[in-house]
Amino acid sequence: MSRILIILGLLIAAFAPRPTGRSSVRVASKMFTESVILGEMFRLLSEDSGHSTQHLRELGGTRIVFESLRNGEVDLYAEYTGTLINELFSDRDIRSTQDLQAALAEQGIRMSEPLGFNNTYALGMLGDDARQNNVRRISDLNRVDGLRFGLSNEFMERDDGWPGLKAAYGLSPESVTGLDHDIAYRQLTLGLIDVMDVYTTEARINALELTVLEDDREYFPRYDAVILYRQETAEEFSDAIAAVLQLEGRLSAAAMTACNRRVEIDGDSEQQVAADFLRAEFNTDTMVSEPGRMQRIAACTLDHLELVRRSLLPAILLAVPLGVLASRRVWFGHLVLGITGLFQTIPSFALLVMLLPLAAMLGLQSVGAGSATAIMALFLYSLLPIVRNTHTGLVSIDPALIESAEVLNLPNWYRLTEIELPLASRSILSGIKTAAVMNIGFATLGALVGAGGYGQPILSGIRLADTGLILEGAVPAAVMAMVAQAGFEVAERFAVPRGLGITRLEVQQ
Amino acid sequence: MVRLDCVSKSYSGTRVVDDVSLSVEPSTTLVLIGPSGCGKSTLLRMVAGLILPDQGGVFVADRQMTSETRSDIRRHLGYVIQDGGLFPHLTARDNIIIQAKLAAWPPDRIEARVTELAELTRFPVEGLTRFPAQLSGGQRQRVGIMRALMTDPEVLLLDEPLAALDPMIRREMQDDLRQIFSTLGKTVIFVTHDLHEAAWFADRIVLLKSGRIEQQGSAAQLADDPASEFVSQFVRAQRTSDFGAAAG
Repeated sequence: MSRILIILGLLIAAFAPRPTGRSSVRVASKMFTESVILGEMFRLLSEDSGHSTQHLRELGGTRIVFESLRNGEVDLYAEYTGTLINELFSDRDIRSTQDLQAALAEQGIRMSEPLGFNNTYALGMLGDDARQNNVRRISDLNRVDGLRFGLSNEFMERDDGWPGLKAAYGLSPESVTGLDHDIAYRQLTLGLIDVMDVYTTEARINALELTVLEDDREYFPRYDAVILYRQETAEEFSDAIAAVLQLEGRLSAAAMTACNRRVEIDGDSEQQVAADFLRAEFNTDTMVSEPGRMQRIAACTLDHLELVRRSLLPAILLAVPLGVLASRRVWFGHLVLGITGLFQTIPSFALLVMLLPLAAMLGLQSVGAGSATAIMALFLYSLLPIVRNTHTGLVSIDPALIESAEVLNLPNWYRLTEIELPLASRSILSGIKTAAVMNIGFATLGALVGAGGYGQPILSGIRLADTGLILEGAVPAAVMAMVAQAGFEVAERFAVPRGLGITRLEVQQ
Repeated sequence: MVRLDCVSKSYSGTRVVDDVSLSVEPSTTLVLIGPSGCGKSTLLRMVAGLILPDQGGVFVADRQMTSETRSDIRRHLGYVIQDGGLFPHLTARDNIIIQAKLAAWPPDRIEARVTELAELTRFPVEGLTRFPAQLSGGQRQRVGIMRALMTDPEVLLLDEPLAALDPMIRREMQDDLRQIFSTLGKTVIFVTHDLHEAAWFADRIVLLKSGRIEQQGSAAQLADDPASEFVSQFVRAQRTSDFGAAAG
């Protein structure tokens, strides 16, 4: 009876929905600062228009975010024309904005006018240096002798990088060195090189007071920032979209760079920076309430627990019966252990990406908080330890006991629930414990598909090179794993029958 | 009460039981004896319905053991193995009453039966709440016997029940067991490899070799009138080991 109650409880806990509605606008951002700041601006503007708005921060790379927009999980995000043309529609011959709009329209997506800045490759020099030599445009470089170029390795290789640039402007610097982007910055400030490649809105341009040389022969492809949004959203939440579209043409490269700088160099939050910009630019009275560290951790903990709960409990409910069946038929055992083992060999990131379209196909929420993608991946990972330990626990029961049960005519169900499962309980519980601890660790990867949890601060921390932020995710994740471990050890005392814990022979007198 | 009719059983081409026929009269004790691998345990497990013969038939109370009938037939059987075969997660008491509980006996009937059996097997009542790991080897064996006797089956099957006990306890258990068998008048099939133990319990001894019956009769008949060289060797070997044990 108590066992049935436990199973019922697990079922309810596993499938109880978390109260969240999808009646809100969903903004997404890619995994770099500028994208997150723009996402925050969109969110604040949309909220000011009176719609509750969610921002799926650092949802993923271009593919994941664009896919999510396409299948309707996300309503809008900031993209770059160059990325659309060269990456997303590289298989199509897109020559004009109209071509691009047509290609997007086929997918039910609309594109805003450019926001006003172009985040592309450029060449940069120290400001003083450029002024002394009177260099403002790339073609001016031909007038200066003895220049040393330090270019990032990728830029040296790319078709649209150095080889083409050199030809387009007829550049012949004294020396060209391929080096790491961060090291190039250091060498530039030390005066070891004179010219380097930069992204036009990079924060350090501003922080180090670099002069970005004008691409006067329009060699570099344009990476104009635009807003992509769904046709449907434009209809359903027209005032929210209208509010966000106010940004068209209002964000200069200098303004964007300043924003990036405040986040990356000064350590302000994306939310704060976005709000400040909107206040200055639109005279909005946007107020932000920064959650404190503890609040952030609490929010991540809830998201994290949600991922673990919704993946681990169904895994237990499926894996224990599977383990029982596997122990009954040898071939089925091989099959089940083989398949569940296979899931474990798939790299977690690959599994997430593979499951994305599946989740979307099933009409589940593939990204964002409570992402079915993350839950399915965690569920699959959790199966093996539980199935394996259930199987092992059952097949390693002393055959003499099984035969005793048989001759005693104990009915099958009674034998399983009252004899075999209790005898295997230690092994089964330890499988569940392993699955739980693994699950808690893996769940940090849920942040890759916007599921939140402790992975979120870790991702942001990596992006901003902020160790404190990384620890804000890593430490609670480790603590949660340890608590789970300890919790299961306590549970073992209750769940493993007392008679199995006795190893010392206590002979009565 | 129990009859084996030309039964044979092979495992991957090897005949472990080869055309064995024998019958056990009600309220008598038959002992199956022989060297390791002679098929004595396999025969007992056939009677318990754990193994079905390839050929021939096993009959208990004139009903043939098949995969359909065996659970019915087992109502007439009690089965005791080495070390009792007790479920380690259940107390002695819960082990003993497991069948009665499933048969939904009223609690006072269960209580009375347990008290009766504890007396019969000379098992201390306070030991009933202990788990098997908290009992001595002899006590575990007594619990195993109580469990087998709980629903009062006509036939008791014992597979080397005393083999794991030290000699003093074993001696004591032999006395007690024989007392129990004669008091209750059960039909008993007892497997052992010890001729002295066989002689102590048996109304009739069946000596097996390579899955066949080599000779059956009383211990005295086996010793005085061996049917083959093997029988006299087996009897001599038991005596020698006995002397050896006495000398040691």
